[in-house]
Amino acid sequence: MSCLQTIQDYGLRSLGFGERLLPKTDFTLCEHFTLIGSGMIWNIYFGVMAMIIGFFLATALAVGKASANKWLRKPSEWFIFLFRGSPLFIQFFFAYFFFLSLKKPYPMFDAFTSAWLGALIVLFLNTSAYAGEIFYGALRSIPKGDIEAADAYGMTGWSRFRRIIWPTMLRLAWPAYTNEAIFVFQSTTLVFFSAFPAWQQRGDALYYASYFADKTFNPFVPYPILAFYFILLTLVIVWGFGRINKRLNRHLPEERKTKMRFRLNLAR
Amino acid sequence: MFSYCADPDTLGTFRWFSCYLTNGVHWSFYLSFLKVLALLAVTAPVALSFGFAGAMAARSHILPLSWLGKAYIAIVRGVPDIAFFLFFVIALDQGFEWLRHKVLCPDWTDPVRQGNDFIVCQAAKLPLGTSPEWVHETYGFFLAVVTFSIVFGAFAANVLFGGMRAVPRAQLETAEAYGMTRRQTFWRILVPQMWVYALPGLSNLWMVLIKATPLLFLLGIEDIVYWARELGGTKTSRFTDYPHGDWRMWYFLGLLIFYLGMTRVSELGLERLMRRLSHGQATSGGELLRKETTA
Amino acid sequence: MKNLILTTAALALTAGIAMADTVRMGTEGAYPPYNFINDAGEIDGFEREVGDELCKRANLDCEWVKNDWDSIIPNLVSGNYDTIIAGMSITDERDEVIDFTQNYYPPTASAYVAAAEGVDVAGGIVAAQTATIQAGHVAESGATLVEFASPEETIAAVRNGEADAVLADYDFLVPIVEESGGELVFVGELVPLGGGIGMGFRESDAELRGKFDEAIASMKADGSLNEMLVKWFGEGISTYDADGTVVTN
Repeated sequence: MSCLQTIQDYGLRSLGFGERLLPKTDFTLCEHFTLIGSGMIWNIYFGVMAMIIGFFLATALAVGKASANKWLRKPSEWFIFLFRGSPLFIQFFFAYFFFLSLKKPYPMFDAFTSAWLGALIVLFLNTSAYAGEIFYGALRSIPKGDIEAADAYGMTGWSRFRRIIWPTMLRLAWPAYTNEAIFVFQSTTLVFFSAFPAWQQRGDALYYASYFADKTFNPFVPYPILAFYFILLTLVIVWGFGRINKRLNRHLPEERKTKMRFRLNLAR
Repeated sequence: MFSYCADPDTLGTFRWFSCYLTNGVHWSFYLSFLKVLALLAVTAPVALSFGFAGAMAARSHILPLSWLGKAYIAIVRGVPDIAFFLFFVIALDQGFEWLRHKVLCPDWTDPVRQGNDFIVCQAAKLPLGTSPEWVHETYGFFLAVVTFSIVFGAFAANVLFGGMRAVPRAQLETAEAYGMTRRQTFWRILVPQMWVYALPGLSNLWMVLIKATPLLFLLGIEDIVYWARELGGTKTSRFTDYPHGDWRMWYFLGLLIFYLGMTRVSELGLERLMRRLSHGQATSGGELLRKETTA
Repeated sequence: MKNLILTTAALALTAGIAMADTVRMGTEGAYPPYNFINDAGEIDGFEREVGDELCKRANLDCEWVKNDWDSIIPNLVSGNYDTIIAGMSITDERDEVIDFTQNYYPPTASAYVAAAEGVDVAGGIVAAQTATIQAGHVAESGATLVEFASPEETIAAVRNGEADAVLADYDFLVPIVEESGGELVFVGELVPLGGGIGMGFRESDAELRGKFDEAIASMKADGSLNEMLVKWFGEGISTYDADGTVVTN
């Protein structure tokens, strides 16, 4: 069977299209690459969706945590502490249990026990907490002069936030937020590994990698392929976020731009 | 543990639990908490030194060394830690044994790889086939520490690399003006000052390290998650004196509390450390401290 | 002189092999009644008892090691223990990578368990543990396969309605069904899968495999294996004739 044929058969296998049965014997490298790559669709889906929705909650959490109002501050602090303080592994476990028990009395929650929704919710809450903390740190380091200048122009409330505080916060937080993005994509491998069941052998990249490792009893081929895909994905993320970073910093003089990048580029 | 535990079926709730929670398996469970703490205590300094070496290599003026350092940081950071753990321990083990094999058994003529098998001479085995079980377990623990350290060393290298670059250039130029050599500048000026810039990143890393410990069972260590799953699962009365339903929820709740507690304690400790390090430094944190004491 | 050194080296080597009589037995410790961790925290079960007896007959010093199921074969071929005795069915794909002894547990059936009678196991949703022969069978049967990481979760999935039925080893399911108080029942036909359970060895380790093979044959011959089978799996279990053929009860 040619490699092109394999790609046609298994390229979208993780979504349920193509050949129903997975290969069973005589595994080729092409099959490895195709199926693990097909699984990457899920990793990318989880990562992208969680980052996009999480961005808004993260902003809200950061503003809440920086707020002077106790009723806004305390819940934000607790939320961030709970999700940053416990392993994602355990969060997945509890979420699955919780969704199961919700489902029994209310059938409308049916979809929550499937990975595409349930795991997405957990990842979304998790990344919101981390990004919230990053944004909160950035909010606190906004130069006082910027805010005073906004005040002097007579900006208040929403317009001051939207036009001054928010863009500055993003600019300061961006390098750390890039790191967070890398982490989120990496944590998507946990979804089928420990938490949510895989239906009809539709799983993520790690699911297929361990399928091969289990069938060939050789971990040294599938896992490095998985690693290769993730390094590729990381490069794309770094490139994409770097583009946005450039745009966020476009008004700054050249020499301050590079400095900013390294000073804040600290791990999650 | 207690004398009345001989026949748990007849006991009341309180006594039943006092027996259940003190039986042999549960002691293994409690011991695994110590294992995790020990692993954290050993891994943190080792990973930090890996990171330091990586960062030094990355900023080296010798090009291949600098590439090596940067490649280490980029590759290990780019790969999910699970994927790494799933094959790396075996690779590491085989690597060590292969090296010993080359040194200890030069007369060996059979190939090391025979089909799927990986065979080294008896003397090269790690640990030796005759070693008692605790040596095997310690070796497994050692492999886990090395694997964790390599992964988190890459993150630490990234943070320290950033920290080194964040030290104001003026400080280094002054050192040079005083006639210090590159080596002296590095150790006397750069290294003492970089910590305060690196600490926020390093404390984050510490938190990430704590939360990566549930993956220890992938490295062949019977950690708290392994035991929580094992103990929490449904037990039928044929195989235990303490049958129960699916209690994983409660065991995982215990783990959740453990991790939240660890996080809280670390947060408080790191905050104190940051205050101490910021003392007298030309950063906004140091500025804040100065204001507090003069006010 | 050079000769002398070589001889001592050779001596040291043979001594090394002679010393290595400690055989490390790899098992999972999470699959009652085959192997599990008892209340005292030790490995227990049918295979523990059989394994200890085999070691005694083969005159070997044995030590038990626990290893995660997923990496149990890679760790064997990499030399971290010497044999697998973990309820591992003899299958063709495994046989390509490792070698098996004759089976010490007769070819057995897998069974479906559901929460109610009359579930359609050929077209419904069937749970199985990830990467088991049962999962492979369900994928081919036309039913909708849903895979969970541990056997515990597959049973839980049937209880809470995620799956219509679960396919697993019959003997693993028996105590669970018995103690469920009627909540769980066997449905459908038994499915014969695999070629019985044997001990796994590295392909290069024919000598050690031979020793255990012999010991298993002697346990079959004198009926002691049958006693253990009945003790752990009940009267309904298939047993062995004195010459090793399977007797279905």
